[in-house]
Amino acid sequence: MTKFRTTPITAAELTAEFMRLKRGSVTRRHFLAVTGLGAAAAIMGRSGVFSLDAHAQELGTQMSLATWPNYHDPATFEAFTAKTGVAVEVNVFGSNEEMLAKLQAGGTGWDLFVPTNYTISTYAKLGLIDTLDLSKVPNFDPATQNQRFTNEGTIDGKAYALPKNWGTTGIAVNTGKLKAPVTSWKEFFEVAQTEGDGRAMVHDYQLTTIGNALVSLGYSFNSVDAAELAKAEELLIKVKPHLFAINSDYQPAMRATDAWMTMCWTNDGAQLNRDMPEIAFILGSDGGEIWSDFYAIPTSAANKPAGYALLDYLMTPENAVKEHIANGTPTTDSRVLALLPAELTGNKIVYPDEAALTKLEFGAAVTLTDPARAEVMARFKSA
Amino acid sequence: MALQAGTRRSLVTAGLAAPAALWLLGFLVLPFLAMLVFAFGQRAPEGGYLPAFTFEQFLNLPARATAFANTLMLAPVGAMLCLVVGYPVAYYLAIRAEPRHRLLLVSLIVVPFWTSLLVRTYAWMYILGSRGLPNLLDMIGLPDIRMLNTPGAVLVGIVYGYLPLMIMPIYVSLEKLDRRLLDASADLGARPLSTFIGVTLPLSMPGVMTGTALVTILLLGEYLIPQLLGGGKVFFIGNALVDLFLQSRNWPFGSAIAVTLVVVVVVVLAIAMRIAWRFAGTRRVDLV
Repeated sequence: MTKFRTTPITAAELTAEFMRLKRGSVTRRHFLAVTGLGAAAAIMGRSGVFSLDAHAQELGTQMSLATWPNYHDPATFEAFTAKTGVAVEVNVFGSNEEMLAKLQAGGTGWDLFVPTNYTISTYAKLGLIDTLDLSKVPNFDPATQNQRFTNEGTIDGKAYALPKNWGTTGIAVNTGKLKAPVTSWKEFFEVAQTEGDGRAMVHDYQLTTIGNALVSLGYSFNSVDAAELAKAEELLIKVKPHLFAINSDYQPAMRATDAWMTMCWTNDGAQLNRDMPEIAFILGSDGGEIWSDFYAIPTSAANKPAGYALLDYLMTPENAVKEHIANGTPTTDSRVLALLPAELTGNKIVYPDEAALTKLEFGAAVTLTDPARAEVMARFKSA
Repeated sequence: MALQAGTRRSLVTAGLAAPAALWLLGFLVLPFLAMLVFAFGQRAPEGGYLPAFTFEQFLNLPARATAFANTLMLAPVGAMLCLVVGYPVAYYLAIRAEPRHRLLLVSLIVVPFWTSLLVRTYAWMYILGSRGLPNLLDMIGLPDIRMLNTPGAVLVGIVYGYLPLMIMPIYVSLEKLDRRLLDASADLGARPLSTFIGVTLPLSMPGVMTGTALVTILLLGEYLIPQLLGGGKVFFIGNALVDLFLQSRNWPFGSAIAVTLVVVVVVVLAIAMRIAWRFAGTRRVDLV
């Protein structure tokens, strides 16, 4: 290991070393050692100049969170680190299936993760998540939660997951490019083959892509009926040559106007509409998905105290409200709702009228594990 | 204690070979055996693996026939394109280029390799996206040309990504070429084209075969380029494998496909080897 420098460094030497670090020609360790900054930090740390909360010790210095893209305010984690001394490593995923696959394979190192409502019963059944000790989450208040969105976190009276936010899966349309009206999933798939030829995107995700194809044909979003799935497969394979892409990361393509229409989650719809008002977010009049995301702690978590600490931090309304402002999802917590600015609570993308929600369905646990839906997706993608 | 010279030599050989042998055992042989065991198992109801002994997974292989067909089509086509583009470059580098510029030119081909393929492929997403080349074409009166997320984009990405692997072996075999053979051919009245076909090409064939085999085998497992430049619509066996392990969590079926892919690679390599032997007229030709 490089030795710490003990003699003073001149300003010119420091600048030269810093430029070498920036160019990448020396390692950070080398930089800290030769400039003496490493020694300075080590001494200040030891003498308690920058020491943190008393419980910093038991929380460790590192934790890992598994979540979705564009889903948090980065400032939240910086503030959490400043408060507790625990740095949060954030991993993002494209589907619940992928999260489950990683946990089943083991060794994820996640201390907290964000599963969607329909997966929690499977995680609990497989023993992959802990029952939560709510005494460690004093800032969570079940009384202020909207049960409609939060009940799937509790199984047999035991809390396995606490709600993060709810949302919907709708259609984002660039109305500057597409003139045909799109008000339903039926029209989504029609326009994708006509005016929107080569410009529409569907998720690389069985739940929503197959689910919305089923809805457009008048079936349930959650169907695992062989005949209905066959019809949905037929539709998807017919539409496929007209699609721009099969990809759950659709924001870049929509922003570049490579794509004009996509399956879209509430938060992405709100973010796209905020930056490009010509992009509208529409809920299918024929149905679709309503969902809620939760926080859960994997049984295999290495740093559960830190997992609980971040969970409690995020359940605190003053912190949660910033997350909602950043990611544009609706809250399940009336305390947070009261703190949100009026322009957000009045945003119809985030808080649609109740009438628009009545036909939407929550995803069902069976879709997560049903091999038939997985095979339909594989045939659609390889067609 | 004095050891016999022969014993000592074999001990040294064993010592030198041991790291590589352990590496292969730990990271190739054992995982392959685990994969083989999984391939005869069953998918657990929630995904994963249930011990069993069944041929179900192998019988189910036709369910990914399209992915196999796409891959077996793309790999040779991609390798041929690399060859067509790469041979003239290698020829220029080895035969025509000024020797004092050669190091610089070879570096220009190798240096991009130091940047992650992911980053370079993302760059292609912007070049081929509607704000890139299609935008320029639009300005000169060719509107509505789609490039990104087409099979053509995947081919461009593949040729770009794998070209150095084709150029280098050909360059090496051409560089060793004895120039006096070319002079002799010319002295005996051969035109440049017949010299190329009769002398240069056959002598560079080992490099051509090595490059082709290298690119073909790597393309059989390619996943990233079709995913990013094909928009998820171009589906190869690598993509099927990723989905089977990360989405449907069907480990046994994924293992069966992976085992089959290994068998296909071995067969492809064996065929390429035979062709190489026939061309070279000797079995002293190594592909990889």
